[in-house]
Amino acid sequence: MSDKTQVRNRRREPLTDAQLLMTISIGIFVAMYALAMIFMGGGFLKAQQIFDILNDNSYLIIIACALTIVMIGGGINISVGGVISLTCMACAIFLNAHLGGLSIALSLLLALGIGLAFGVGMGFLVSYLEIQPFIVSLAGMFLARGLTTILSVNPVKVAHEGFLELVKAKIKISWLGYVAQNGNLIPAKIEIGAVVAVCVVILMYILLRYVKLGRNIYALGGNNQSALMLGINVKRSRFMSYVISGLLSGLAGFVFLMHKPAGNASVAMRSEMDAIAASIIGGTLLTGGVGNVIGTFFGVMILATIQKIIALSPLNASWWQDMASGAMLGFFIILQSVVLANRAKKAQK
Amino acid sequence: MNLKKKLGSGLGQLLIPLIALAILLLFNLFRDPGFFSIRIAVNNAGNRVLTGNLISIIDLASELAIIAMGMTLVTAACGGQDISVGAVGAISGAVFVKMVQNFGGLNAGTFVLALLLAILVTILFKMFNGSLVAVFKIQPMIATLILYSCGRSIAYWINGDATPQLTSPILTAIGMTIPGIPVPTPIFLVLIVGILLALVFRFTNISLYTQSVGINQGAARLNGINPIAIKLLSFALLGVCVSVSSLIGISRLGQLNHKTLLVDIEMDAILAVAIGGNSLGGGKFKLSGSILGAYIIQMLTTTLYAMKVSPENVKAYKAIVIIIIVVAGSPVVKEKLTSLWKRLRSGAAARKEAA
Repeated sequence: MSDKTQVRNRRREPLTDAQLLMTISIGIFVAMYALAMIFMGGGFLKAQQIFDILNDNSYLIIIACALTIVMIGGGINISVGGVISLTCMACAIFLNAHLGGLSIALSLLLALGIGLAFGVGMGFLVSYLEIQPFIVSLAGMFLARGLTTILSVNPVKVAHEGFLELVKAKIKISWLGYVAQNGNLIPAKIEIGAVVAVCVVILMYILLRYVKLGRNIYALGGNNQSALMLGINVKRSRFMSYVISGLLSGLAGFVFLMHKPAGNASVAMRSEMDAIAASIIGGTLLTGGVGNVIGTFFGVMILATIQKIIALSPLNASWWQDMASGAMLGFFIILQSVVLANRAKKAQK
Repeated sequence: MNLKKKLGSGLGQLLIPLIALAILLLFNLFRDPGFFSIRIAVNNAGNRVLTGNLISIIDLASELAIIAMGMTLVTAACGGQDISVGAVGAISGAVFVKMVQNFGGLNAGTFVLALLLAILVTILFKMFNGSLVAVFKIQPMIATLILYSCGRSIAYWINGDATPQLTSPILTAIGMTIPGIPVPTPIFLVLIVGILLALVFRFTNISLYTQSVGINQGAARLNGINPIAIKLLSFALLGVCVSVSSLIGISRLGQLNHKTLLVDIEMDAILAVAIGGNSLGGGKFKLSGSILGAYIIQMLTTTLYAMKVSPENVKAYKAIVIIIIVVAGSPVVKEKLTSLWKRLRSGAAARKEAA
């Protein structure tokens, strides 16, 4: 083979599976949103709709990133929802007990600390004691949910005025706004949490793509043995993936509190499953080694848009919502599988 | 020597769960010997039955034990877990109740018909899961996530009514006791399901095939085993288990609540499989381990209730005990303990020689 053909081959290098799945998920999101704009009109024609989806799901984006990094490393972490409820409750109680201005920063530290503690504990059990990640994080979930109710069985509303100001604070973009019926211009509003979530996605993208730790996590998720033989500190990398995911779930708890300022035992129930679904739709494989946070971001957006569409459609009863989103989830999963299978067949030829 | 080796290999997997069970029993013995008292009392239905904490532990763990058996099979064959068992159980219950209502009443004939239909529908739903896993090669957890998130809504939709009530001597006999027999019926149902599965494994090669598919699917296929059929079969068997559990759940309460029937049982079932020493990555399995795991979980819950821990807080204590059990069972810890034990023994031997 001459040099020329080699160069040409490199140029034609096809997308990897993860990139393909990510492209599919972005395509589906765009197509779905366009269809919603055409057939449902109304809210979907305003830029505010997309910001609303971001505002409502900022915590989900963060925990989906937390799950993506663990899943790339070949593990799983289903404690994220529990950690959110625990941090919400702990921060709400802390803020109500200390009304000073400094306590907001301290409560953020508290949230990150709780997340870090769970991340370190689970990471140690999974990577150094080699216990099955599902069971460890299941225990983590039980522990977090149980600790939440030990703190308080009843919902705790935040009464800290400085924090409530923070909840109301929104970034306004006037040129993306719309003119209301009475002629006033209503600017597009973005919550701080949504900005934080987008920053997390960007940071995680950089971490996974350009930082040594991120590359190590891909390597150990792809093949544990070969990563070990390449001289990667497999245990430490896996441990770090859990620490990061713990920190992110603590952060997600604080963001959730900024969206709904109350601690509640049933907060973010089953959100771990939504986060897993979002990661999968975005092209992360549960087997590890494959994945991308940008895809995960669009995975969350797809799930949220489905819910928004169904909520605005005539079939807005809660059981129809569940059934329709389940059906759509099934459709995406099968589509992905078929696309991957076809590629594998072509590659064999 | 040979016998010892044989026993050792058979018991090896069950050692940790057996020790955990023994410690829990000992703990209760020291905490309150009255925990073990069993007496005869008259229940709501007017039957004389055995009551006591131990009986209620074995009784209440029935649904979990039955589902854990099915879950073990799915785990072994597919290397993943089914998280939709609770939701599909609700669907099975909804079909059962709907059919009973359609037949206009509950007697022996309609009961059997409705139950068979419920089992059939459950198997169909499980086949949906199973075909996603086996044919489309989707991770079991993701394939079952679909029904996990919408199964209870389907149950609600089938029934249309939040909590239909069902009262019948047949259901009382299944949920509590058969008149004249002082032991709760669910215990017998666990026995029946267990014995049936054991007979199937004894007289067919299903167990061997399941393990080989779980260990290496490609190799199994080259040896003439059809992995798709084996995976579908494991899901179908799980479906039967789920249906039976759902029947017990309905019979206990005499009503169907699509929100609370078998709620959160999927997590406990996976836990039971893991506590029983089975690998969640598939391959070799032991049904007895999973059943033992189910009883350990229920024992733990009942012990915590007996210690006046409120139901909301039970989860936190449960988590701590689970972590202790899995840490004790972890290969790394085992290795460290064995080497420590060897060093102690060699040290003692050296001292003896010196003396």
